[in-house]
Amino acid sequence: MTVDLILFLILALVSVSTALGMLLSRNTVYSALFLVLNFVTVAVFYLLLGAPFIAMAQVTVYAGAIMVLFLFVIMLLGTEVLPASNILPWQKPLAGGLAAVLAVEAIYLLLVRARSVAQVTSPDVAINSMDNLREMGKVLFSTYLLPFEVTSILLLVAMVGAIVLTKKEKA
Amino acid sequence: MTQLDFQTLLPLTILTVWACVLLIVDLFIPKNRKGITAVLAALGLAVTLSFTILQIGRENSGYSGMVVLDGFSTFVNALILVSGLLGIALAYGYVKRMGLERGEYYTLLLFSVVGMMLMAQAADLIVVFIALELLSIPLYVLAAFSRTSAESEEAGIKYFLLGAFATGFVVYGTALVFGATGTTSLVGIVGSASNGTSSLLLTIGAALILVGFGFKVAAVPFHMWTPDVYQGAPTSVTAFMAAGAKIAGFAALLRVFATAFPTLATDLTDILWALSAVTMILGNVVAISQTNIKRMLAYSSIAHAGYILMAFVPYGNKDIMPISIAAGLFYLVSYVFTNFGAWGVVIALEKSEGKGLEIGDYAGLGRKYPALAAAMTVFMLSLIGLPPTLGLVGKFYLFRAVIAGGYTGLAIIGVVTSLVSAYYYLRVVVTMYMKDGEPTTEREPMLDFTTAFTAIVTVVVSLVPQWLFLLASNAVLKLF
Repeated sequence: MTVDLILFLILALVSVSTALGMLLSRNTVYSALFLVLNFVTVAVFYLLLGAPFIAMAQVTVYAGAIMVLFLFVIMLLGTEVLPASNILPWQKPLAGGLAAVLAVEAIYLLLVRARSVAQVTSPDVAINSMDNLREMGKVLFSTYLLPFEVTSILLLVAMVGAIVLTKKEKA
Repeated sequence: MTQLDFQTLLPLTILTVWACVLLIVDLFIPKNRKGITAVLAALGLAVTLSFTILQIGRENSGYSGMVVLDGFSTFVNALILVSGLLGIALAYGYVKRMGLERGEYYTLLLFSVVGMMLMAQAADLIVVFIALELLSIPLYVLAAFSRTSAESEEAGIKYFLLGAFATGFVVYGTALVFGATGTTSLVGIVGSASNGTSSLLLTIGAALILVGFGFKVAAVPFHMWTPDVYQGAPTSVTAFMAAGAKIAGFAALLRVFATAFPTLATDLTDILWALSAVTMILGNVVAISQTNIKRMLAYSSIAHAGYILMAFVPYGNKDIMPISIAAGLFYLVSYVFTNFGAWGVVIALEKSEGKGLEIGDYAGLGRKYPALAAAMTVFMLSLIGLPPTLGLVGKFYLFRAVIAGGYTGLAIIGVVTSLVSAYYYLRVVVTMYMKDGEPTTEREPMLDFTTAFTAIVTVVVSLVPQWLFLLASNAVLKLF
């Protein structure tokens, strides 16, 4: 338990500081890289909570695919460094106000509600171990077989559509 | 996967395989002969249609309750396939003339039809979501198909962004419904809701799903994209989009709300009432000031979404629901034929670079091309709801169902807005017959055939509508 706690504290520190680094960095590429680091620490949180599948999904989908897209767009548009001038003057006070509301809500939940709510029961073993991957695979290929298969058609159509819209016509 | 599963989705499977094969076959068809692809695509639709007709009377669910086959889905699937055929017939000459002829046009259209059919058979919110995407993504691409035209690109991107936004609403609503009931299957939701699960979350979820579909069927206040997209997209695409997306959207709405959320009727009926009334009023009033025929028909399509929404208002009333669903389906049939016919006439007069689309360009049509003008007159009368056309019969059944449900006020709004609509529809007729002009038309045999066919159906079926209404009445929603 103590090992978990120490691990959690270190990770929490890393995730909060990477989040701050993402927000405060003036260079958008650095921001994006900080975000990747943040996603990875969140993935480790999931691992600590005993959800390996969600952790892997977090790494491949968020830290992997989505961030590549982000970086691609940043570099394509050539907006690596943000201008110093503040384009949205009302943005900072608004963000500060909303953050304060969120902080109050979190403190309220921690101090007041946490005592009244019963301890969250640990999910059962089938979900808690590597078994959940196997279970998920079984469900995907039995109950959800049809949506799974139709999704493949959907991806094919999206691919065909993208090619139709971008391919140059040969004269 | 059992044999029963396979039979449940047999027509849909055939069409999917056909579309995939056509994608490859198309590569071997020379560029100047893409008409062959069109014929092959139409053949696929016809084969699928015949298998759908063979399914009449069958009722079962398949793939672990993900999809159902019932009278309702068979009726709607047949209507969707007919729309697909009419859509290809309108596109056949048009895309060649406008320099848009590429094989992918027809395969994307087939995939969109697959999505629509899946939507009509979906019995699980996850399948509804995937079907919604499968029908929408080809339509986004088709709307932007004319890549040299900035308007078409604008239509594509606008439709894509707002469509993605609308899908977000559906997904969020689905998540909330799942949160409230612990299941996404429509049967499970009914079971859970009748056990008295907390209904606020369920109501919000259902309302969000309604918003998402409101976008798809172009109901006010979610209609903003419609005029721009309908105007910018190639006209043959607009015709297919207006009919197909509406059928599928309304089919899914009917199935989801009538089977999964009957317990919410008290909360949702007022919302549906207001949605229907506002859509009819705004669609018809704004259409008056339009001078471009494509924009006018776009607002007319919004107004008709309002009329069809009328069929939903009494959905909580078990005695009225069957006849109101039948009335809604009948109205969809009448809208599909009238819609394709009217767009067919628009295509006949359209020149390249968006010329020939003003209502003024129709001056003198009655003298120079009497047959075409007569067909257009039939479609305009049908859109107003005057005899002897399907529009009148459709509106009659619809108003009767709504009044039987006790919503006389809504029926009065329907009648009054129909009178308002007569102003702008008849203006087209007056321009064709009373004003002088030298219109030129592009005649293609396929186009002439489609316009003539839809005009004849609009008139003849209106004289003997009972059998169609009987068919629609037998198209019952089933729960498994």
